[in-house]
Amino acid sequence: MAILLTKKTKVLVQGITGRIGSFHAEEMKAYGTNVVGGVTPGKGGTTHLGLPVFSTVKGAVAETGAEASIVFVPPPFAADSIMEAADSGIRTCVCITDGIPAQDMMRVKRYMRRYRAENRMMLMGPNCAGMITAGQAMMGIMPGSIYAPGRIGIVARSGTLSYEAASQMQAHGIGVSTSVGIGGDPINGSSFRDLLELFEKDDDTDAVVMIGEIGGPQEVDAARWAKDNFSKPLLAYIAGLSAPKGKRMGHAGAIVSGEGESAQEKVAIIRECGHHIIPHPSAFGETVANLLDKMKQAA
Amino acid sequence: MNIHEFQAKELLATHGVKLPRGGIAYSPEQARYRASEIGGEAWVVKAQIHSGARGKAGGIILCRSEEEVEAAADRLMGRRLVTSQTGPKGNLVNRLYIEETVPIERELYLGIVLDRKAERIKIMASASGGMEVEEIAEKEPDSLIQVTVDPGAGMQKFQARELAFGLGLDGSIVTKATDTLLACYRVFRDFDATMLEINPLVVSKGELVALDCKMSFDENALFRRPDISEMRDKSQEDPRETFASDRGLSYVGLDGEIGCIINGAGLAMATLDMIKLSGGEPANFLDIGGGASPERVAKSFRAVLQDKNVKVILVNIFAGINRCDWVAEGVVKAREEVGLDLPLIVRLSGTKVEEGKQILAEKAPDVLVADTLAEAAEMAVAEWKKLGHSAAA
Repeated sequence: MAILLTKKTKVLVQGITGRIGSFHAEEMKAYGTNVVGGVTPGKGGTTHLGLPVFSTVKGAVAETGAEASIVFVPPPFAADSIMEAADSGIRTCVCITDGIPAQDMMRVKRYMRRYRAENRMMLMGPNCAGMITAGQAMMGIMPGSIYAPGRIGIVARSGTLSYEAASQMQAHGIGVSTSVGIGGDPINGSSFRDLLELFEKDDDTDAVVMIGEIGGPQEVDAARWAKDNFSKPLLAYIAGLSAPKGKRMGHAGAIVSGEGESAQEKVAIIRECGHHIIPHPSAFGETVANLLDKMKQAA
Repeated sequence: MNIHEFQAKELLATHGVKLPRGGIAYSPEQARYRASEIGGEAWVVKAQIHSGARGKAGGIILCRSEEEVEAAADRLMGRRLVTSQTGPKGNLVNRLYIEETVPIERELYLGIVLDRKAERIKIMASASGGMEVEEIAEKEPDSLIQVTVDPGAGMQKFQARELAFGLGLDGSIVTKATDTLLACYRVFRDFDATMLEINPLVVSKGELVALDCKMSFDENALFRRPDISEMRDKSQEDPRETFASDRGLSYVGLDGEIGCIINGAGLAMATLDMIKLSGGEPANFLDIGGGASPERVAKSFRAVLQDKNVKVILVNIFAGINRCDWVAEGVVKAREEVGLDLPLIVRLSGTKVEEGKQILAEKAPDVLVADTLAEAAEMAVAEWKKLGHSAAA
């Protein structure tokens, strides 16, 4: 059943009446996502794209039974929208917004811990491409056509690199169970490790491609955790081997500021932990294909 | 975004942090006047550039007379100061800060950062002031005292006391020191900083005084910090980066000759890696962002061409939301508009890729079209090498 998202998942769109929210709400519906409504404060009671619009997330959840939401709200207001979702019983939230201040995200993370683990919302992003369960549903801004349904999971900071991976795999006849973006911000929702924990329990995923980059501790944390706790093959690519120290490479979080944060150091540690390294960004397809061949021969 | 020492000190002053008296000067005459205004018998003349390690590079000069102040200012003004952090070209000194000297009993280190692992603000202090924090962490890790702040509650007094006692401060100044440490935290929080470093923070006449200060800010928060945005000093930036950022493009200047235009930060980093792997050197990182419209492509060409070293341009677009045929039209139009005459390699992938390639073949037959990322990088490097050979001949 893949992770987090299926064709049954009831999805809300926060910021549905905006230009970007509207566009992607239609794309998601077209892909087959069960979009049940939208939220724009002050526009409750109207309809948009044939969907009911609510002024509050609580109101929307009460009417529609929504369990997931995707946030297309501008940076100054996005943190507030995420906290509103967390407080309204939403279980899975994707935040696409790029440009949320880091201190706002620290407050969001602290706020989410108010809820007991079993009631706590899982946040993907911000500054991510969202997620897709191939052939079933999409909560994000990715081109759906490049994902063939299959049994490989993807978890990535960068949206475009996850597209690169999925389309290379498709060219090799390899499909995807779920692809999840965790975003390029320094303080983000779910980590690589959080997603690996879900993929570990998912019977429909055989192996996972992890796409990281320079900056922050999450790739290394995930690799170390996976060494003893992840039973499936983990294939990792780290972008930014040629990035100079101290320079921000596009993503707010893509900056080498301390020890263990460069691509070289991350690759070395992931390799030491016994995982597979995808050597360059044109090798996603062939590395996964080779691994699958070996697994078949071994079986 | 970085600011100058004197600006960081202005921010510290708003929250009551004690500082040596000082003033800004734009000429040797002004520097001398500032010294006389401040009074006393000794001053430091400090070059204002966006870099640490200025002292070792000769950018901070101790003077014992007003004549010496003027002479020191004359030596520094208009010079490009090269430090271990600036790169070989150095940064232009077009402002000086003249400051009184204060008696120093002890030199401490104070650093405040966003801790990505803890997802909180972290305050670090050490009794080994004057050394770089990396040096302290390596040589005297035990001297580094750290506290992290709960974002809901803010920094508490007891945490400041822990730092003060941990630094071995005398009981008589702990109360004042606690106030200073809390004030530094509030400056960091209230202005959306990502880094605040006071090195050294000195004990002088029973108080903590900030002798130096370095600050960086969260660019995502500048929309609500207009006073910080105003402190930006473009003379301290790479002019290529200023040109691009003024046009809403995410650009980082590098040293090679292969210009790059890519959508998505991750794919952009990966493309640079691929160019290096193929034996070339990228001239820049450029993320064109979502929606590669002809206008944005044209802007990107212009930004890349600001760098006169660029000999070849590589465009790599993974069309997710938009379509390759539109991107191809955009590239054709933008190239005409800009009058681009360098070898151009275009790799398109995603929606309507065949239509996109056909448009390039019909309207811009000299554009080299690549299918994969590896091929694009190899083609760009091959073109670049070809030019190198002809230039040498």
